[in-house]
Amino acid sequence: MSGLGAAFSDAFALLAGFDHQVAEIVTLSLEVSGLAVLLGTLIGLPLGACLGVGRFPGRQLLVVMLNGCMGLPSVVVGVVVYLALSRSGPLGYLGLLYSPTAMVIAQTVLVVPLMAAIARQVVEDAWREYEEELTAMGFRWAGRVRVLLYDCRHSLLVALLAGLGRAMSEVGAVMIVGGNIDRSTRTMTTAIALETSKGDLPLAVALGMVLLAVILLLNGVAYALRQWAMRRYA
Amino acid sequence: MFPLKVTDLRWRVGGRAVLDGLTLELGGDGITILLGPNGAGKSVLLRSLCGLIEPESGHIDFGGGPRPDFGVAMVFQQPKMLRDSLLGNVELALRPLGAAAAERRSRAHAVLERVGLAHRATDSARGLSGGERQRLALARAWITRPRLLLLDEPTASLDPSSVEAIERIVREIRTEGTRILMTTHNLGQATRLADDVVFMDAGRVCEHAPVQRFFARPASQAARLYILGELPWRMAF
Repeated sequence: MSGLGAAFSDAFALLAGFDHQVAEIVTLSLEVSGLAVLLGTLIGLPLGACLGVGRFPGRQLLVVMLNGCMGLPSVVVGVVVYLALSRSGPLGYLGLLYSPTAMVIAQTVLVVPLMAAIARQVVEDAWREYEEELTAMGFRWAGRVRVLLYDCRHSLLVALLAGLGRAMSEVGAVMIVGGNIDRSTRTMTTAIALETSKGDLPLAVALGMVLLAVILLLNGVAYALRQWAMRRYA
Repeated sequence: MFPLKVTDLRWRVGGRAVLDGLTLELGGDGITILLGPNGAGKSVLLRSLCGLIEPESGHIDFGGGPRPDFGVAMVFQQPKMLRDSLLGNVELALRPLGAAAAERRSRAHAVLERVGLAHRATDSARGLSGGERQRLALARAWITRPRLLLLDEPTASLDPSSVEAIERIVREIRTEGTRILMTTHNLGQATRLADDVVFMDAGRVCEHAPVQRFFARPASQAARLYILGELPWRMAF
């Protein structure tokens, strides 16, 4: 019990002293996950909206596959991205393995299906509501997707949060493709895993607290934004 | 786009004929009111004309050709508004037409002025009352300067002052050369607005006559009973 207390006490000291190592790891984590979610937003939301609005042969199969991909095991994604980026792989010539870019790619692969699946459901529900109005106005497929993505913007915050949660809490894939290299590819989750295994609990606890604080803060902001939107747009 | 000719239109739902060989011809001017009991096929006819429903058989001819991509607008009984301002909702209708942002904004302001909602231009459209919402829906259709405007019971469940406001807007739209085809169950409204009346029953047109003649001397027994409020209730399914 005293060991746990000491770990928390040292962790607070690390945070209060703005420990350089902690700051570096936190910054890299936010950069990697932020970029992955940005790419997930640019790819996943339009993809999900297209599936929500479009009616074409094979759509249902795609929806089932997309939903299935929401639960992709991160280590499997890590291995696949590793194989693709390794020197003998199809993208080996890019030399990206064990770099933050490789971690962004792996996290993007993980968050795109999740964000797309959520966007698909949100936009499909909205499409049922607006189908007649938008069709009568003469909107074609691409216009419908744009209008519905805009109209559902507050609901789609859920997709962003889910993507961010998945990216920030992910450890397996970034460990495989990033290599958990000190001062290069070490994120909060990989550092927590490593420091815990080494017995350096204060750093692991400090990073864990930062991770929780970031996720809680983002959820709080999203909740406040959604409440504001509900009041503003009834 | 005119004359608008509908020939032998048929459409079924669950084995029931909603449109059962409907034939109708409309000229290019005025307000036509579609009357008939619930289930007569009025709304389905409007949706067919708007391209929302593909009839099983029959033909719709817009002045010798198919339905044009633009020029037909529709206002629904319960219009849906985006989570946006009144301006945003009205501007929306101009997007498929490829209007520039500045033009969209100026035309939206102008049309909101005409329907009496300019003072609420930046408010959320979802906070409007039923009557205001219907006026906004009319503005959204009007801004496109349609050649044919389809109105599906636009005053259902509205209070008398809202009904009066909607009727004033409909008359104004008509004066700008828009052909209007409107459904209602309000016979007083039909006499106030209509140039001619189409009476439908069981998916067919029973009678198409100038409004005075229709109400003074209805030709069909069904129309006579409908005007008297004595049309027998019919199982819809």
